[in-house]
Amino acid sequence: MNGADAMAKCLELENVKVVYGYPGVAIANFFDRLGNTGIRQVLVRTEQNAGHMASGYARTLGEVGVCAVTSGPGATNLLTGIATAYADSIPLVCISGQVESDLIGSDGFQEADVTGAAESFVKYSYLVKDVNDIPRVFKEAFYIANTGRRGPVLIDVPIDVQKAEIKNFQYPEEVSLRTYKPTVKGHVQQIKKAVSELKKAKRPLICAGGGIFLAGAKDELISFVTKHDIPLVHTMMGIGVLPTDHELNYGMVGNNGTVSANKAMQESDVIIMIGARVADRAVANPDTVLDNKVLVHIDVDPAEIGKNVGPAIPIVGDAKSILQDLVDTDFEIDTGKWREYLKQYRSIRERVRVSDKYVDPVAFVALLSMAMDDRSIYVADVGQNQIWSCRNANIRTGGRFYTSGGMGTMGYAIPAAIGAKMADEKRQVVAVCGDGGFQMSMMEFATMKEEGVDIKVVVLKNNYLGLVREYQHYSLNDRYEMVKLGTYPRLSDLARAYDIDYYLADGMEGLEEKIKDFLSAKNQAIMEVTVDANDTVK
Amino acid sequence: MKKIYTVLVENRSGVLSKVAGLFARRGFNIDSLAVGETDDPGVSVMTIVSSGDERTLEQIEKQLNKKLDVIKIKTYHEEESISRELMLLKVKYTKSNRKDIMETVDAMKADIVDMSKNQMLIQICDRPDRTAMLIKLLNEISITEIARTGTLALPKCDN
Repeated sequence: MNGADAMAKCLELENVKVVYGYPGVAIANFFDRLGNTGIRQVLVRTEQNAGHMASGYARTLGEVGVCAVTSGPGATNLLTGIATAYADSIPLVCISGQVESDLIGSDGFQEADVTGAAESFVKYSYLVKDVNDIPRVFKEAFYIANTGRRGPVLIDVPIDVQKAEIKNFQYPEEVSLRTYKPTVKGHVQQIKKAVSELKKAKRPLICAGGGIFLAGAKDELISFVTKHDIPLVHTMMGIGVLPTDHELNYGMVGNNGTVSANKAMQESDVIIMIGARVADRAVANPDTVLDNKVLVHIDVDPAEIGKNVGPAIPIVGDAKSILQDLVDTDFEIDTGKWREYLKQYRSIRERVRVSDKYVDPVAFVALLSMAMDDRSIYVADVGQNQIWSCRNANIRTGGRFYTSGGMGTMGYAIPAAIGAKMADEKRQVVAVCGDGGFQMSMMEFATMKEEGVDIKVVVLKNNYLGLVREYQHYSLNDRYEMVKLGTYPRLSDLARAYDIDYYLADGMEGLEEKIKDFLSAKNQAIMEVTVDANDTVK
Repeated sequence: MKKIYTVLVENRSGVLSKVAGLFARRGFNIDSLAVGETDDPGVSVMTIVSSGDERTLEQIEKQLNKKLDVIKIKTYHEEESISRELMLLKVKYTKSNRKDIMETVDAMKADIVDMSKNQMLIQICDRPDRTAMLIKLLNEISITEIARTGTLALPKCDN
């Protein structure tokens, strides 16, 4: 058994089903041995998308997504995928091949110091120098990635280590790391403190983030808010923690959020923040927003508490466990008046423009999401399409909404949707992109076809990089520098090149029917949606 | 505000760059940094002095704790600790200022550890404010080279 065999064996023992990747000489030995296992190998078209596919896969199953690339450019191409996962705390194990151990540091062919380059956006990284370390390193990597605050872990394996004989392969049963012991249970005293604040509250509010999904705490959250009728708002990563139309869901917070959510944030007197990092897009001026309120901050990562906002009553631990503790604590509060007050802001909806030349994106996103299955996965890319989607997609019980929230990586939607569909083939998966992000990821149509993955792709096409154009409109005197994408490629021809069904929506008439046809297409399908470049999200 | 962090880390390659990189990336100050082995060869100790507002100083500790190579962190304020810095200074002297320099060295409880016709090597091991004072005093004469350890510190003994 050599190192490559051992790596493959470790993945088998971790119950990995799919590895996304791209080979090169420095990782070919690993793929060679991976071929002896039952693990599916998915050849992507550029390494970044291996990271995004693994991310979509991980988010769907709550398991670690795995990708593997070669040294040098393979590894550096993957960096954006790793950083994207890190920003949204998605558990990945990323394996990179490395040049021969003896050549490390000599600027050899296809050598890059990838553990160094990735340091600030991995949870941890390994450079494996001894083949006998492989079992321990892999065991630790999977454990670190998918416990505590989730995140990507990088394992860099020189080619000679992959080829070296391993003396005694023994996969450790347990991980023992003296420096890593994530807190799971919330401190009883702190939970009591939070409850006593809640009891006094007149206008309590829960602000939930992506941590709810990562902890698998959705059911506990729903039990808690419905038990006491506490209004809930969520961050972009928290879309779907409650169904969009749930009477306690007041929408998304932040500068791209809804009026009702931001009002609720401003006027509440006790906020329970769970699994949310209070980043700049969610809360612009955290300290002033939180004047005269009590903040209870629940997070598995102690460093998030007090980083952007504070002071707070901190509860460090796993959201699932803490929410269960909160559900189990009996107390009474009356939120009737507060909910009644917030209701008036709920009805404020975005305007819909009716035109016969263009499709209104606000109306489109609403219609599309309503036509999708309840348990479907809606993957939004980055840009105007993302903001329109966040605000107008209707997510129901069992439905999910993915996007690159923290990093805002264009081109995320298509590969993430492919990964999501591979994780659960029974679920309908739709990627919604703008024409910019689409062109950064359209090469993965080949992967989608070769692997027979049936996703539907929407391109909101306005021939511009819309969100930047919008910024230029508001802040740079309408000087549209560097944003014109133009009309190419012709999506109808592109669809033909890939044997994909093509749909065109260029006006509001008959739109609902078209969407239904598109979603029920037997084949993979792309829908080109003609959007007016003057449409803005503001 | 200044704070001293005694950070026990796994003695592995790349750890110093990870810790230093953390400070750079998050915009934390490093006033001084000293690294050495402990009695356990598997463990190194970093003594870091940093300054900033309270939130920053707290974040430094929390972010350091997130690093998987960090075993333990102790933090304390300057006044709660005994801190020392070792510094070597080389100065050029002439007949006319030789005596002045020697008096200064004496007054500061420093030592002259090497000497030639026109150069002196001075050693001082003292509190960081006193090493700074010596630099200030000798700067008026002519320091040609400096080597210093950065601040080392340990909390004071229990009462």
